[in-house]
Amino acid sequence: MNNARQFCTFYLNHLLFGVESQKIQEVVTYRELRPVPLAPPVVSGLMNLRGQVVLVLELRRQLELPERPPEMTPICLVVRAAGGTVCLLADEVGNVVEVEEATFEPSPETLSPRLRSVILGVHKLEHQLMHVLDTDQACEVRVAGQAEVVEA
Amino acid sequence: MNDSDDIVKEFLVESYENLDRLDRDLITLEKHPQDREILGSVFRTIHTIKGTSGFLDFDKLGAVAHVGESLLGRLRDGQLELDREITSGLLAMVDAVRQMLASIEASGVEGERDDTKLIARLTRLQQAPEAAGKDAPEGKAPEAGGAAVEGASATGASAAEAFEGRASGGNGASGGEVAGGGIQTKPVKASKAKPSAAKSAVKAISTKADGRDTEKPMAETSGMTVEEARPADAAEAQRAQGAAGGPSASGSTIRLDVILLDHLMNLVGELVLARNQILQCANRTEESTLGAASQRLNLITTELQGGVMKTRMQPIGNIWSKFPRTVRDLALDCGKQVRVEMEGQETELDKTLIEAIKDPLTHLVRNSVDHGIETPEVRQAAGKSPEGRLGLRAFHEGGQVNIEISDDGAGLDQERIRNKAVQKGLISADQASRLTDREIVNLVFLPGFSTAEKITNVSGRGVGMDVVKTHIEKIGGTVDLQSKRGEGVLVRMKIPLTLAIIPALIVTSESERYAIPQVSLLELVRLEQRAGHKGIEMIHGSPVYRLRGRLLPLIYLSRELEGKVTEASIAGRLASGKNIAPLPADAASEGFQAVNIVVLEADGRQFGLVVDEINDTEEIVVKPLSKHLKSISVYAGATIMGDGKVALILDVLGLAQCSSILAEGREHLPPEAAEAATGGRAKQKLVLFTGRAGSRMAVPLELLARLENIPGAEVERSGNQWVTQYRGQILPLIRVTHALEERRQLPPGEGLMSLPTTEMLQVLVLENEQQSFGLVVNQILDIVESTLEPQSPSTRAGVLHCSVISERVTELLDVAALLRTGEAYEPAVSSQ
Repeated sequence: MNNARQFCTFYLNHLLFGVESQKIQEVVTYRELRPVPLAPPVVSGLMNLRGQVVLVLELRRQLELPERPPEMTPICLVVRAAGGTVCLLADEVGNVVEVEEATFEPSPETLSPRLRSVILGVHKLEHQLMHVLDTDQACEVRVAGQAEVVEA
Repeated sequence: MNDSDDIVKEFLVESYENLDRLDRDLITLEKHPQDREILGSVFRTIHTIKGTSGFLDFDKLGAVAHVGESLLGRLRDGQLELDREITSGLLAMVDAVRQMLASIEASGVEGERDDTKLIARLTRLQQAPEAAGKDAPEGKAPEAGGAAVEGASATGASAAEAFEGRASGGNGASGGEVAGGGIQTKPVKASKAKPSAAKSAVKAISTKADGRDTEKPMAETSGMTVEEARPADAAEAQRAQGAAGGPSASGSTIRLDVILLDHLMNLVGELVLARNQILQCANRTEESTLGAASQRLNLITTELQGGVMKTRMQPIGNIWSKFPRTVRDLALDCGKQVRVEMEGQETELDKTLIEAIKDPLTHLVRNSVDHGIETPEVRQAAGKSPEGRLGLRAFHEGGQVNIEISDDGAGLDQERIRNKAVQKGLISADQASRLTDREIVNLVFLPGFSTAEKITNVSGRGVGMDVVKTHIEKIGGTVDLQSKRGEGVLVRMKIPLTLAIIPALIVTSESERYAIPQVSLLELVRLEQRAGHKGIEMIHGSPVYRLRGRLLPLIYLSRELEGKVTEASIAGRLASGKNIAPLPADAASEGFQAVNIVVLEADGRQFGLVVDEINDTEEIVVKPLSKHLKSISVYAGATIMGDGKVALILDVLGLAQCSSILAEGREHLPPEAAEAATGGRAKQKLVLFTGRAGSRMAVPLELLARLENIPGAEVERSGNQWVTQYRGQILPLIRVTHALEERRQLPPGEGLMSLPTTEMLQVLVLENEQQSFGLVVNQILDIVESTLEPQSPSTRAGVLHCSVISERVTELLDVAALLRTGEAYEPAVSSQ
């Protein structure tokens, strides 16, 4: 039983995603963001999280999913990533699920290399597949059109 | 083991502080050899180090400190006169001690070192005036020495290594010392005392050489009788002594971890924000109790903020204190006499800033001594005192710290600078003749400029004034230089007090707020209604404003931040009237509303930033931007406003650079727009050089990091690329002629093979998007300010367009394309 892992799940474009629950600092409601002109499109803006200025990334754009319909209010997943605290925008929060290592399967080769670096693989849940995100990769900002990762 | 680690750490911290003081004291002492108080302080410092090193089992350290102490003892007792040689010896000892401490800090041991030479030197110095000093002390010694020995033996210290008898009266005028069985020195080192020692209370502290953790006796004698003898831990005794020894050491100061201070600073930052928020609320309500409370909160917060800021403040004297030593050594090396005068050592500025200005200051001080101040003979010939003066002055003014470094040396030779600058191609002869003397002397801050004719071990090694300038500007400061030939140089720096909380101007653009640090702010200009239309003119598509007769280039914040709107739109609109829908910001220039211009200065250049609205000035707390956004150079950080919303802080320098990069795109103006432009032309600074067969080429000056002459022999080959080692990095070299020749006819790498390897190469070190590379050119000609007026489109890859500059057809290179070409030569050509 010790190879069971806890995942915090959320939905993006009706797909189920999961992030290791230890990586999630908190989930907060959407609030007005401060847009950052000249920043790559994946950057939604900056958020004041109790006095801390946190970068907010649009997970849909990060994962090359269609844009969120304007009437849908996203939720903010505050994630502790390698580069500091980052907030990821998702559609809706799901449950916390516990999964066995055995149900895991890595991403298929058919996924684009860029996406494969972000989506580690899937856990085969009973009704659905849960995409497992690499939080550090999901929190990286890439300059448009370049494979290069922006270093500090 | 942890305990002992802590003790070692404490010992290191204390010793470093003591050593810094020692340097200072010794220099003062050299000037006033009779000052017993300073001598006493020096003696105590060394003694403390010696004692503690004995206790902690650092034998080598102890041995060095011991001879130093003995030498100082003789000086203190007046048996030796302090002269230059002795001072040098003592300073050498301080250096050795410092090295050992550094080694202890790094590895926990003193390291393999041989100090016998130093010890011999110090011992020799001690005995130098043998004849004069020998008889007297020997005669006087027994009394006090005996007392100390008696005191020690009475309490049973059998292996006592050294005793120090010191008058606890504190004037240090008298004392008796006995050194019994030195570690590596003679059995009886010195025994000397003045008769007056008998009258004062004599304290003898014994330290065991082998440092075994046994209790040590401490004997106190008053008069000649043992009055009190209590056992004490050696370390404790040392500490007690250290406390008594420091001039101002007392229980009123404590050591704090810097991290704790930083944390407090952050909290205060939060508090300031909360305060701003509450004040805004309070202003909106009628509730008087809330108003009163918020006013009180306001006052307290301001005071608290000041208090916490103060904890991070350090007097500038902390870094200055090293300069007398630096200057002395340097002056000796150069055969000069230099007196250092300091004023305002107590002027305080933020700890991080102190660190940041340390190197630039040191550089300027070295420059002054090395190049500024003349040798005594030259000075006398010029009717000056043989001793040069180096002045350091610091004071607060207008919320900034002013630091001035002045000397009364030869000053700068305007003519020579002018010629040099022209010769090096930094400015044109025509420009040079138009510059004022003050502008001329400030040319030394240009990259690639050095008038030093010979390279000394002090200056001329690539760390030029340009580096000083960049360092100071990086922390939001400014440097200015004034000089009068024959009368010396005055360098004035203005440094902000702190970086954590800064006053800023809040502006609005596209209904978003931005903060502009007040340091770069010069003035605000508001053009009312119709005046806006007349006030803003166009030069080749770039808007300018006549500010008191001078043309001020304008940048529209909203458009800079859009980053995609072409310059053509505005000029085109001018050409064709109002048919084109204006951009929101452009509406301003059409006279629909008032135009707000924020006049800013960056890197010595002024420009106007047009914003939608100017809100207020406010103290803002700088929050670092996430590392992902650091690559956007127009932002310096973020802050949280009183209403809890996030605002971005603009980086004025980055903004200026960003906009001039945009300026490169201007040559793509449609012809009619170009015609519509009136008056002069947009000027850009270009570096002119020749390629093959004397054909002229140019690159924008902004991309130039330095001009270098690199010997062909230093060029190495790495894969298919030519590289050179440059400032600790590998700099790829691209030869301009080959990068532009028809490469298709050459196999990859072939063109580069012919890079000459014998002659000196003239290299432009260019920086494009944080990537450095060297462009090897035939000859660097000049730096010109020229209108970028395309005469003909590009004829080949790597060239943006051809233009007539200085009456010659010149190709303007596309640096980004060149860089790609250069990369194409890399082995990566085999792209499968």
